[in-house]
Amino acid sequence: MPDALAAANVLDRQITRRSRLLTLPALLVIGVFGVLPLLIIVVYSFLAPAPYGGVEWHFSTEAYVSFLFQEDIFDGTLSFVPDFLLIYLRSLIYAVVTTIVCLFLGFPTAYFMATRPPRQRGFWVLLITIPFWSNLLIRTLAIMMIIRDQGILNGIMIDLGLIKQPVVMLYTDGAIVLGLLYSYLPFMVLPLYSSLEKLDFRLVEAGFDLYATRWQVLRRIIIPLAKPGIIAGSLLVFIPALGAYVAPLILGGGRHLMIGELIAQQFGTSRNWPLGAAQAIILMAGVMVALFFYVRNTGGKVQHG
Amino acid sequence: MAEALARKGLDLKHQPGFHAIAVICLLLLYAPILVLAVLSFNSGDDLVHFSGLSTQWYGKALANEGFHAAATNTLIISVTSMILSTAVATAAALGTTRTRAWRGQGAAFMVINLPLMVPEIITAVATLSFFSLLASLANINFGIGNLILAHTVFCIPFAYMPIRARLEDMDVTLENAAADLYATPWRAFRRVTLPLLMPGITAGAALAFIVSFDDFTITQLVAGPGQTTLPLFIWSQIRRPITPELNAMCSILLGISILFVLASYLIARKRA
Amino acid sequence: MMDQPVAVQRAVRRARLRVPLPAEFDNLADPKPANALEIRNVEKIFGAGEHAFRALSGVSLQIRPNEFFTLLGPSGCGKTTLLRLIAGFEYPTAGQILLQGEDIAAQPPFRRPVNTVFQNYALFPHMTVAGNIAFGLEMLGKPKDEVAATVTAMLKLVRMEELKDRKTSQISGGQQQRVALARALAPHPKILLLDEPLSALDLKLRKDMQIELKRLQHETGITFIFVTHDQEEALTMSDRIAVMSRGQVLQVGGPQDIYDRPANRFVANFIGETNFLEGNLTQREGEQARIVLPSGASLIASIPAAFASSGKVSIVVRPEQARLVAGAEPGALAGTIENIVYFGTDTHVHLKLDDGPPFIVRQQNRREVGAVPSIGARAGVIVPDGLAQVLGD
Repeated sequence: MPDALAAANVLDRQITRRSRLLTLPALLVIGVFGVLPLLIIVVYSFLAPAPYGGVEWHFSTEAYVSFLFQEDIFDGTLSFVPDFLLIYLRSLIYAVVTTIVCLFLGFPTAYFMATRPPRQRGFWVLLITIPFWSNLLIRTLAIMMIIRDQGILNGIMIDLGLIKQPVVMLYTDGAIVLGLLYSYLPFMVLPLYSSLEKLDFRLVEAGFDLYATRWQVLRRIIIPLAKPGIIAGSLLVFIPALGAYVAPLILGGGRHLMIGELIAQQFGTSRNWPLGAAQAIILMAGVMVALFFYVRNTGGKVQHG
Repeated sequence: MAEALARKGLDLKHQPGFHAIAVICLLLLYAPILVLAVLSFNSGDDLVHFSGLSTQWYGKALANEGFHAAATNTLIISVTSMILSTAVATAAALGTTRTRAWRGQGAAFMVINLPLMVPEIITAVATLSFFSLLASLANINFGIGNLILAHTVFCIPFAYMPIRARLEDMDVTLENAAADLYATPWRAFRRVTLPLLMPGITAGAALAFIVSFDDFTITQLVAGPGQTTLPLFIWSQIRRPITPELNAMCSILLGISILFVLASYLIARKRA
Repeated sequence: MMDQPVAVQRAVRRARLRVPLPAEFDNLADPKPANALEIRNVEKIFGAGEHAFRALSGVSLQIRPNEFFTLLGPSGCGKTTLLRLIAGFEYPTAGQILLQGEDIAAQPPFRRPVNTVFQNYALFPHMTVAGNIAFGLEMLGKPKDEVAATVTAMLKLVRMEELKDRKTSQISGGQQQRVALARALAPHPKILLLDEPLSALDLKLRKDMQIELKRLQHETGITFIFVTHDQEEALTMSDRIAVMSRGQVLQVGGPQDIYDRPANRFVANFIGETNFLEGNLTQREGEQARIVLPSGASLIASIPAAFASSGKVSIVVRPEQARLVAGAEPGALAGTIENIVYFGTDTHVHLKLDDGPPFIVRQQNRREVGAVPSIGARAGVIVPDGLAQVLGD
């Protein structure tokens, strides 16, 4: 009877329409105030800088060119200037180091948490979650206050007579990496924990049953099975670390610039918005490459801790 | 050897050294903030040597005018962003979960999660450019509304996740039962779906609040004069010689974050 | 996607906004129709093209008022789909569903005076027992005192008075089931649908609930439509049974009808235990016929009047209709005992007849002193006249 079928079709379409309507506000807000600004900086990267900040609306590839080259003001020749590239390289190294150390520290931690009795696990997760949601600025400040020359570490060492002069810890490479580590360690632990918690330990038993040592079981059974968590965690550390702003700002003292500060500078004191935009686009390209590898490796959705 | 094993039990899950590393990690994660917090109770003004317990710095911090102004701004911005983003995220979760699949649903999901993918500094400069363009081209400036809008954008995915998770866990037959018992779709939503969704919405709102409350990077680049938030205010205090007053202010902020995390955790636990 | 006439769209939209009172159905032209529910030629196809799945084809049923009607069949036969069509969670691809003469097939569930007891109970976890029971009445806009009175009456009906303020997550499975029943009965629907409600209960509880359900149906006078795959349950509880398989109704009738006179092989096999024999129809007289078996032995079987063909036929004999005899008796089917299975109340003797087919005889254990058959012994089976049944297919 066409009536009932008709009713079913109308109902289907009503449901679909309602779903779209419900999702619309979120898409509008993020579209207008999230995606549109990103498109604007893409456009900005192809414009010329205005003298006091902002842009002048004529097309120019000056920003991208000046990323690698500098024009000699006298004869107009272009010479290769590696400064920006070095900053990117430095950021890349920091991010990679941070990710690796986070992995080596985070994996045992996540494993330990996942192997606690079920009732205890909630407690351990809570312990990791608190730093995860705490203010990043304040956590980084806490580190700064400890490692600076008048800070508590130096103070204790001098008091104990271990050293005479304060050891310079702040404003070094190590300080920045420490800051990055501290910031992003929970980002590694949570996805790893999520992955390891779902591990079927009977597979571990099977490994032992087949004469494997603890190390072999770890290397050939546990780690491969935890791969999704490892990849998710690594991505959640690498991407923010690459574009980090707070850690180098507070712990780097302007001496070991990272990409984040560099971009901020262009929009601040250097008043070269198109250059900043170009630098941001290049960073974004790097992020997308990392994301591309992630999607290829897992074939799908982003996992969150 | 066998007796020892029998006594202890062969713990298959044990990996040597992992326990130690885990404990060290957690200690390292908490040590700096604990030091910070402890020093805020220092009765002297030295940040190295502890002279005694005192809450004087908290008194100073709470009396600080700049701190007040920043707190007011932060409250306005974060509460508004929380409300806006949670409302929008709830609607979006209802539209994308457990419902008949529609074309573009996957893309919508990606857009909703976009703010999580983009490094904060890029979002910050993009937002700055957007609002300056708006101001110069069309003379539109929402004042503190600029910050609120910027915050709402990145709060949405944080509110969305717990709501969606809660929705997916819900039994579909409950809504069938409601319809069977003469509830129209709207009434079924109000009497059955919404009450059961509340823990997820609350958790989402808490997360949205924390994320907005703690934000530094985006706020620093987008904020105009007079729009100082608490994190920005603390940042400005670092230029001066540091006293435990700063520690006290930091501890207050940390305390608020921890409070929200605990609340969120307890709400989630209650429903499990 | 067909483009619907605007009138249909508007009608559906309007229907979704209004909630009816089951009382509407009381004011129809024919207040005492012959059928409480009639299902006419209903088809349901899921999906389209190659992935189309025909869940129901050409289903027609007439269910009478105040009847305990059961849909019986193996999983996948379409009984749950049919139930969902009656409740309104799906719409039929073709056909009509007539409630007291009105076609409700296009109505959404909240516009049908039909209530469901779900398989997983679907109790609202954030409401108390009383709150759950009151829900349907509240949705219908009944005044508060009427709601309270009905809730109390329902609690008494299912014997759950002390638990009325408990949260539904804190009561046992059997108690949840009774709350689900009370909740569905409270609005006094025209029809109550029960979707395998007893499948999650253990045996003792299930038997108790079967008696409960019969009592409730009698006391309320509401038509019950019960879905199950357990044929024993169907036989004990139903006024009438519809046996379904693969989306079609194979036979409708009372429990005795279905059991004694199965219409086809599937029904015979699905309900109870059966013996199948093949033979030749040689003589026919009214409702009886002589069937000659390959071994030469013959017996008199009942035959449906409408049975037209002749020649090779299949007959069914229920194990308890046959009698075991010691050796070769005249008129008995001869065979060898292969297995003896003891069941407490009775014994099943498995024989292999001389001409091939297996045969099971069921004997009640009367504890008389007498010959106890042993495995390997020769024995005979006597099927009294008329107890065998010729199968329709």
